[in-house]
This record gives sequence, C-alpha cells and structure tokens, in this order.
Amino acid sequence: MSLIAQLPVLPVIIPLFLAPITLLLPKGRAPHLWATMVSWLTFAVCAWLLSEVSDVGVISYALGDWAPPLGIEYRVDLANALVLVLVSGLAAVVFPFAYRSVQLEIDETQSPFFYGALLICMTGLLGVTITGDAFNVFVFLEISSLSTYALIAMGARRDRRALTASFNYLVMGTIGATFFVIGIGLLYQATGTLNMADLHDRLIGQDNRMIEAGFAFILVGIGLKLAMFPMHLWLPNAYAYAPSAVTAFVAATATKVAVYVIIRFFFSVFNFDFAFIGAAFTYVLLPLGLAGMFIASLAAVFQEDVKRMLAYSSVAQIGYMLLGLSFATVEGLTASLVHVFNHALMKGALFMAVACVVLRAGSHSIHAFEGLAKRMPFTTWAFLISGLSLIGVPLTVGFISKWYLLEAAFAAGHWYAGFLIVASSLIALVYIGRVAEVMLLREPATDGRYAIPAKDAPLSMLIPMWVLVAANIYFGVRTDLTGGLAERAAAALMTVAGGTP
Amino acid sequence: MGTWIDFILERYNYWIVIVLMMIGLYTVFARGNLVKKVVGLNLFQTSVFIFYITIGKIAGGTAPIYMGGELDHGGGHGEGAGDDHGVEAGHRAAEIGEHEPVDDEFVLSPPETGDTIDTPSSDHTVDEASLGESGSYVVPTSGADLHSKVENTVASNDLKAALEELGPRDSMDVGSSLHDVSVADANKVSNDALSEIAKPEELGFSLSGDQVDTTVHGAADAAHSVGEIIYTNPLPHVLILTAIVVGVATTAVGLALSVRIREAYGTIEEDELEALDDVAEFGESETAGGAA
Repeated sequence: MSLIAQLPVLPVIIPLFLAPITLLLPKGRAPHLWATMVSWLTFAVCAWLLSEVSDVGVISYALGDWAPPLGIEYRVDLANALVLVLVSGLAAVVFPFAYRSVQLEIDETQSPFFYGALLICMTGLLGVTITGDAFNVFVFLEISSLSTYALIAMGARRDRRALTASFNYLVMGTIGATFFVIGIGLLYQATGTLNMADLHDRLIGQDNRMIEAGFAFILVGIGLKLAMFPMHLWLPNAYAYAPSAVTAFVAATATKVAVYVIIRFFFSVFNFDFAFIGAAFTYVLLPLGLAGMFIASLAAVFQEDVKRMLAYSSVAQIGYMLLGLSFATVEGLTASLVHVFNHALMKGALFMAVACVVLRAGSHSIHAFEGLAKRMPFTTWAFLISGLSLIGVPLTVGFISKWYLLEAAFAAGHWYAGFLIVASSLIALVYIGRVAEVMLLREPATDGRYAIPAKDAPLSMLIPMWVLVAANIYFGVRTDLTGGLAERAAAALMTVAGGTP
Repeated sequence: MGTWIDFILERYNYWIVIVLMMIGLYTVFARGNLVKKVVGLNLFQTSVFIFYITIGKIAGGTAPIYMGGELDHGGGHGEGAGDDHGVEAGHRAAEIGEHEPVDDEFVLSPPETGDTIDTPSSDHTVDEASLGESGSYVVPTSGADLHSKVENTVASNDLKAALEELGPRDSMDVGSSLHDVSVADANKVSNDALSEIAKPEELGFSLSGDQVDTTVHGAADAAHSVGEIIYTNPLPHVLILTAIVVGVATTAVGLALSVRIREAYGTIEEDELEALDDVAEFGESETAGGAA
C-alpha cells in the first residue's frame, strides 16, 4: 500500500473527498483557502503522475483491486497525463485568483457552495480524463456538467440571463450525455465489455450497423459537450453570463477534456480498420472544423460583449483542434494535443483579464475597456499578450499551435486547409485588434457607467493571471516541452489505432 | 406480411425505446414551457434506461441475486463449485462477480467449462438431469472426483428448486441462454438475438449443437440442472441505476433552475423569456451606445 501504487487514483479521490468539507467551513475566506489548497495538492499529484508516466510508460490502476476487464480501470498514458496536468494546473491558478472576483459577483452566503461546486467540477473533469472505463466517462462527465450548470447559474446575481443560459446548457448537455450513454450501450451490447482497452480488442473485425450507430451516438453526444460547430449554441451565453472566475476555469478546461474524450474514442477504442472512422474524419470533423473556424470567428468580430466574443473565439479554436484530428496523422494529432494545451493557457489568461476588468469596471461590455491601458496597465498587457498568443504571433504558444497545425495540414496534403488556418487567424487579429484599439487608443471615460478608477486589479488576481501569461511565453519558447510530450503521446495513440488509414 | 408483424412484435422493447425517445426529444424541442422541457428530457432518459434493461434481460433469467454459498471461490472455479456447501440456502451457486459480462457467461457453470457443459438445449435431458442427478454445477475440467464431491454436497432440495425453475418454461430456457451466448458472440448480439429466441431449435443448435460431451456424461448431466439457473446480466442494471441517479440529479437541477427563472423573470415560457432577454440586450446596448 505504498503511496506511489495508489497515485493514479489520487487526482480523483483528493478533490472528491475534500470538496464536501467546504460546506462545513464558515463562509468567507475559509472555503476559498481550502479549495486553493486542494487544487494545489491535486496539481502536485498530477504533475508527479505525469513524470512517472513519462518515465515508466502507461500506468494501469485497478480501482478497488478488481482486475481490469471486470473492474474499473484507471489508465494513465502520456496523452491523458498531459490533460490531467492541464486541468489541475489551471485549477491551481484560477482558484487563488477567484477570491476577489467571487466576492464581488457571488453572494457571500453562497461561497461555501460555490467553492464546493468548483472542486466537484474539477473532480469530474479529472475523472473523465483518467478513467479507462467507458461508462465511467459518462458518470464523471455528468458530475462535472451538473456542477457547471450550478456554477453558471450563480452568475444570476449580476445578470439574470445566466439562468436561461444555464438552463439551455443543461438541456443540451443532458441530451449530449444521453446520446453518449446510448452509444456506450450499443458498444456494450456488441462486445460485452466497458473497459476501453478491452473494447478496442473486441471491436477488431466487427464492422456492422450496430457499431456504426454506437460510434455516431458517441460522436454526436461528445460533439454537444465540446460545442463542435453546429452544436455550439449553448456555449456563448453560458460563458458570457457565468461568474468570471467560472468562465476562466470552465472555458480553459471543460471543452479541452471533451476533445480529449473524442481523441480517446477515435484512437483508443475504435481503430482505423473501421471505414466509418475515416469517413467521420473526412466528412464530419474536417468540414465542421473548418466551418467552425470561420463562422464562429466572424461571429466573434461582431460581439459587443468581450466575454461573448471570447466565447465565440473558443468555438473557433475548437475547430482547429478538430481539424488537427481530422488529418488522422501523427502530426495532426500532435497539433491537436498541443493546441488543447496551449489554448487552455491563452483562454484562461484572457478570461482572467476580463474578470479583472469586471472587478473594477463592473461590466464586460467592450465599452468598459475604453482607455484601459491608462487605468489598468497590467491587466491590459496581460490581455494583449494572451490575445497575441490567440492570434498566433511568434514567441507565444499560439504560434506553436499554428505551426504544428500548418505542418500537419501540408504533410497530410490538405494545403487548402493550411491557407484557411492562416485566413481564420487573420479574423482573430480583427477581433482581438478591436479590443486592443479600444484599450490602447481611446480615452478612458471619466464619468458615466463605464468610468473606471485608476487602480489596477489586486495582486491576488494579477499574480495568477501573469503566471498564465508567463506560461504563454515560456511554452512558446520552450517548444520541446509540450511539443515533445504531445508528439510521444500522439505516436502512442496512433500505434494503438493502427497507423494511418 | 406476417413476417413484418413478427419482426416488429419480437422487438417490441426496442420499439418502445425508440418511440419514447422520439416523444421525449420532440417535447424538449417543441415545447416552450421549461417544466415541460424537463419532463421531455426525463422521457428521453427513461427510454435509455429501458434500452439498457433490454440489453441485460435474458429471457427466462432470474434476478442476479446470489443465495448463499461461499463468496470467495472466485479463484478456482472447479474447486469453488465443489466445496460450495452453501447449497442449503439454495441453488444460486454462482458468484455474481464471476459472471460479469466479460465472461460472457450468465449460466451458472463457470466460464471455462462453458463449452463442455451441455447447455439446456433439449427438454428431456433437462428433466432427466434434474430428476436423476443432484443439481450442482460441475466443472468437467477438474475431473470426476470433483463431480462426485459435488454430488454429495448438493442437497436434494437444491434439485427441486432447480426443477421448479426449469419446469414450467423448459422451452424458454433454450432461448434464454441464447441471449448470453449472443453477448459472447458479438455479431449475433445485434437484433438477430431476439428473432433467434423465437426459434428455439435453432438457438439450441447454435448454442450447444455439438457440445454434448458424451464422455463426461455424468458430469454434463449434473451440470444441466444447475446450468438451468440463468441469471439476467446484472451489469446493465447497475449501470442504469447510476444513470437514474444522474437523471434524477439533472431533473432536480433543471427544476430548481426553472424556479429561479420564474423568480427572476416571472415566467417560464421560453418565447416570453427570449422577448425579455432581447429587451434587456437591446436596451443595454442602446444606453451603452449613448455612453460611448
């Protein structure tokens, strides 16, 4: 019973069991400190897990000591260790950041519930990532989704539209999750197993309608959860009206985890022997990814609300990830994984900057950003640097993502996709540039509802935000860290899936 | 014409699933009232519960409840069967854990023995077995000594119970084991399973056609009676319990949100909510424009 042997279960157990304790704490500062401590602990465990996996390879953990095909297996390889570190790392940055923002936006009596839900949400996301059992994915997906619905609805104190946004998300999310369960049920009926590795073995050679239907249900179900382009309608409102700290955490992690689930099912459960996998790549993910990149980016340009604009931009960025996947090559998969990681860094930092503006100006309308450079220089530059990263300027992580994507597009022979990636990046330049212009060149309002005191955000918010901004630059320079890991992860996934189709 | 009706009737549970699912989805999309949407969502989820129950159902199978016997004979299947003195409690000798779907065996006999044991294919052998032999499951691989041991330990009431179980629906039993065979044989699982159930002879054939082991005849016969006790697949039930919990939680959150929406907006009709939101957005951007 050494600690190392139990390591894979800790990222789920720690927050799951420590989260309810927040409800017992007195309201105010205590729940926040507790949640922050738990997130740091979880992050430490996840980082340890990543280094273990990097050294010794795939770790399999039998939950409750029930041997894998029968019991629930936690299976950690490089791909999900990377996502684990990402989720817990962002939690470790966003949770300390949250205090002042939450103090403003949420009733103090609700603070224990808020931090409890936030921890449960993190638990769900980590669970989805770490588990090797298909049904377990559904359970954790719903754990995280249910707490996210509640968290988004807590934004109602500032804007009642958070309630309708949360309700729409609930309806869409539940339909998505139920589709996913139907898909799992069909696969179970065909194979008699729920373990992903076992599913993979037993699906080999089976190519019938039932498997196809199961696959389609899973794809649509997860597509709804990850806001794949035509199914993204719940996302902009949900992100726009949620409390700022929630948006920063959820936008940076939830959709990334859903992308990871798609990757897992495409490459580790199904394999390239299935004709429909190739068809899904070519006729679903590729066109929808491209369409999402453009339509959502264009929608972002016309938003008056910066949070909403960034939410549409998220939909567009998911398009890049799906595009990378759809090439079905090691390069494409690497690009996807790298972008999953990098996009979390930039969107986290951008939404945190918005949260700082909300704290001082009380609004996330673009008018609140007027002349911000003169009032809140640190926040302004954090927004600008991560915005440049979103566009894909060299020396930032965004550039690395785009570079890998372009390389993969040309290597896969989709040269037109390469041009479209660049073209849609230019649209990103337009919408980030619009905010930049307002921030840098306009005069700050001196009176009226958007007048801001010349006081930057408190240090408790600036430090975590700048940690993420620094990460944006650090990982943009040290490309071998994420790129190298993602490449090894992608190669491993590809081997399981059976090479290129 | 008749085959069409049969086709539909044999799969009635799947049709229920599909019809419920469509009603649920239609309600979610077509109704403007938030509570009705939640109800639609519930119907939709219920259809999935029925789907899972259909997966787990094995015609003629009993509830997967283990009645006595030692729980820890998981390691050595044959031995476990032999020293299973918990028989007094009854005939449910199989440990549920052993018969997880991955084993593809919901028949009482331990997985490895599945191929040598004559599954309940013909009515007369069943009767013979249950009358003449003690009811227990025997692992042919572990030899005749085990078999005798089993015979000794298994009480006669066990037999009786087994008989009662088998008696009234012996022909059904043939079909019943089909379903788990089809779980094992994934290709058959699909929709064929149900239609095959309708034709027992075919089923029996595919199950055990040439599996009747004449050399271990005694053992096989003994195995019959216990082999008859067929459990439904417990795993889908467990899964659906989890899904029900999730469904209840979702409904609770959905209804709670509806209450809050009513408090905030004074209505739960979607079109009215949209109109109110539009006004809010429009008004907001207008004043914002003024400020700019």
